[in-house]
Amino acid sequence: TREQAYPPILSVYPSRALVDEAFKVLVENLPPGCPVTVHSLHLSEDDNYWEAYGHYISDHRGSVSVSEDVSFGGTYTGKEPMGLLWSLRPVPGSRQGLRLRKMNVCTPMLVNISVHCGHLVEAFRDQTPLASVLTERWYMAPGVKRIDIRERGMRGTLFIPPGPGPFPGLLDLWGGGGGLLEHRAALLASHGFVSLALEYLTSGEIPTARLDYNYFEKAFNIIQDHPLVTPDRVGIFGLSLGSFVTFNLAAKSTIINPRCCVCISGFHCHPYRSMGEMIQTNLNKLHVDENNYQIWRDMSLPIPSDISKKVDMGKIKCPLLLVCGHDDQSYPAVELAEDIAQMVHAAGKDHLLTKVFYHGTGHMIEPPYSPHFRATTFMAKTKPKVILLWGGQTKPHSDAQEDSWKKILAFLQHHLYSTPNPRAKM
Amino acid sequence: MLEPAGSNQSAQMRCVRMDKKKHCVKLSVQPSRALMDEKFIVLVQNAPPGFQMTIHSLHHSEDGHSWEAFGHYTADATGTVNVSQDHSVGGTYSGVEPMGLLWSLRPVPGSKPHLRFRKMNVQTPMEVTISVYQGHQTVFVDQVQLASVLVERWYMAPGVRRIPVTESNLTATLFLPPGPGPFPGVLDLWGGGGQLVEYRSALLASHGFASLALDYLTPKITLKTGKMVENDYFETAYKFLQQHPQVSGSRIAMMGLSFGTTMTLKMAVYSEVMKLSCAVCISGSHIQPVNATVEEIFIMFDTKSEKTRISEENEVIWHDVVLPVPTDPGMKADVGRLQCPLLLIVGEDDQNWAAPESAQDIKEMMEQAGNSHLLTLLSYANTGHLIEPPYTPHTRASRFKPVGSNELLVVLWGGETVAHSRAQEDAWRKTLAFLRENLYSRKNSAVTFTSHL
Repeated sequence: TREQAYPPILSVYPSRALVDEAFKVLVENLPPGCPVTVHSLHLSEDDNYWEAYGHYISDHRGSVSVSEDVSFGGTYTGKEPMGLLWSLRPVPGSRQGLRLRKMNVCTPMLVNISVHCGHLVEAFRDQTPLASVLTERWYMAPGVKRIDIRERGMRGTLFIPPGPGPFPGLLDLWGGGGGLLEHRAALLASHGFVSLALEYLTSGEIPTARLDYNYFEKAFNIIQDHPLVTPDRVGIFGLSLGSFVTFNLAAKSTIINPRCCVCISGFHCHPYRSMGEMIQTNLNKLHVDENNYQIWRDMSLPIPSDISKKVDMGKIKCPLLLVCGHDDQSYPAVELAEDIAQMVHAAGKDHLLTKVFYHGTGHMIEPPYSPHFRATTFMAKTKPKVILLWGGQTKPHSDAQEDSWKKILAFLQHHLYSTPNPRAKM
Repeated sequence: MLEPAGSNQSAQMRCVRMDKKKHCVKLSVQPSRALMDEKFIVLVQNAPPGFQMTIHSLHHSEDGHSWEAFGHYTADATGTVNVSQDHSVGGTYSGVEPMGLLWSLRPVPGSKPHLRFRKMNVQTPMEVTISVYQGHQTVFVDQVQLASVLVERWYMAPGVRRIPVTESNLTATLFLPPGPGPFPGVLDLWGGGGQLVEYRSALLASHGFASLALDYLTPKITLKTGKMVENDYFETAYKFLQQHPQVSGSRIAMMGLSFGTTMTLKMAVYSEVMKLSCAVCISGSHIQPVNATVEEIFIMFDTKSEKTRISEENEVIWHDVVLPVPTDPGMKADVGRLQCPLLLIVGEDDQNWAAPESAQDIKEMMEQAGNSHLLTLLSYANTGHLIEPPYTPHTRASRFKPVGSNELLVVLWGGETVAHSRAQEDAWRKTLAFLRENLYSRKNSAVTFTSHL
């Protein structure tokens, strides 16, 4: 066709980037005023296709700039430079409850970006695009080293930034889904922190083991003992159950002294021996939504006033950053955070606590541009399969991921790299 | 797996020594992975205010040599140095030079002389270690780094496909951009050293051009038969591109450097088969016997060795070999007959080829013939012969073995590093714009292309 004689030029800059870095997607050499769809496609490690797209119109020079122009439709609308990533969702016909997670962090996430004629809404893979390029999204910066840790009964992965060091350290703890998730620790190492992703629950099993705090203290010591780590600059980063562990260590441990802690979507109130027991005890408060997705949130309400049922947060000794979403459907994270704040306040330690709450944001607050999932399979090997509602609306949740990560990195940089002083900026 | 605790002690001291408050300098380079022609931002943070430091780059080349560059900086009141904004007050470059850590790379002290940087394996990145040292240093061998990161510089963008080509007796490599295509094509020629040199084609494919790097002096067929190729070899390469399902047969350009320019002009002017959309000629000339074979032309340059000069440092200067510019029309490609746009790039300090003089003559010939509207001439002061992709370290003279000779000479290319490096950056940007204009753009719109470069 005549149009084919002058193909558009599509570029993504940078073509290789860390997963938390922004890119610019530019289409040039289109006819002026031409409607096009910019489309992203990713094949996950577990063989599912994810896609996102936006509807654009070229300007008088025949250009579309995803960073600057408005999307009129698709999986995102408005001016959204990174919409092609955070609005990725499983293609029509996929299984329910999928989650996009990279398990092998040594290779990049490959995303195909293409531009199609017209404003399409479906069947992208049946059409030949006008142009397409490949972009790489990396969890590991060049020179970051990945080391399997299997010692003293630990199971984890250590990520070390390039350079002579020494570096501050971080213990990275995920939630009740268990397993060994490396992607956040790899990214933190790419930002200059020696990070240990620690496995403390085997994935696929309902966590029934009593949490052994000795295990976490030993893991913390492993980081401190590493020759490239400054021992008094080691912090803890937790999400969900990992936050619960962090609260316990921060308030109660006599063996370790974290320099600071970051806790996402945490709870400090879990007077049960296991998740299973929590569910059994509160079955009447376990609701399901119209899709039969489980909503756990109410099982944690009301928050007891009896301090013996909670971690005594007034006992924390280090700065703590709490990040929560108002639309968290698995835990009442904001109410819990406010309860923590009261305890901290009563102990005269307000200066240690920073709370950041986001509207329209659910439980799974991941690094920026990670696709949002409102509900996913949790503990897949149980029968019947459980799908948990995490909450959040895609756009505000994605904004929260972007904003909270910046704040988290600044917080870690401030407390673990700089010497805090009144004149230092966050 | 873990080293003994003793070494931890000295590692910690590095931080303490700088300042009582235990600052730990933080170094970042963004992006940490990039194409060879893309810029980066080198940032040092968290140093004590006013702290003197050296930012250093180190590269171990494929042929086993070490190259380094460095700049001397002083941290501002916030303890920050931004190489893109701050002045280097000494080192291998000075002033505000965002990319000085790459283009001013030079062999480390003690290296063999007359080395040239060239990456032959384009499937792996050029790895550069960027480090920070305390104070304004000039020797780095036994120094302790405060911080260091690794940067990757790629010739191939993700998705670019590298395809060796051996059909029809060609010795070539095709680089295809990602995507369905079809793409405009570029036939890419290097100079008198021969070999199959891929990096420029890889980079062109990363910018949307199906680029064929062609070995025309030392292809397998020549090594086997002892005979140099003739015009039809280039025409075969052209037809290969033209017929390729992912190449737009009607939009093919030709690009040559040095002797590659001689061939490019020969084909652009005289070939009945090749209908080029445009041509790019770098550091070369139109001076050649018309209707001669490739071999005859190549030999012609050899026999003029009485015009070779030797510099005080024993470097071979071939600049005068084609001079004076002939008046005999039988000795110059008749550029007045060109029907496609021509981009001429020359360095005014070219010691290897009389490129600026040739360019002047080309301009006059085209003005007389009435087709000078096709000509764009870029002439760069203090720039030498080897006008490479941006940030390629400049080499003023290096060891060179021309095809057909057994002698390894030291050849003077010319150029002063700062000017030459600026010329490389500018010429490349303009080359890409020229190729896009002639191979991509729609006839009726005045298209300007945004560049990330």
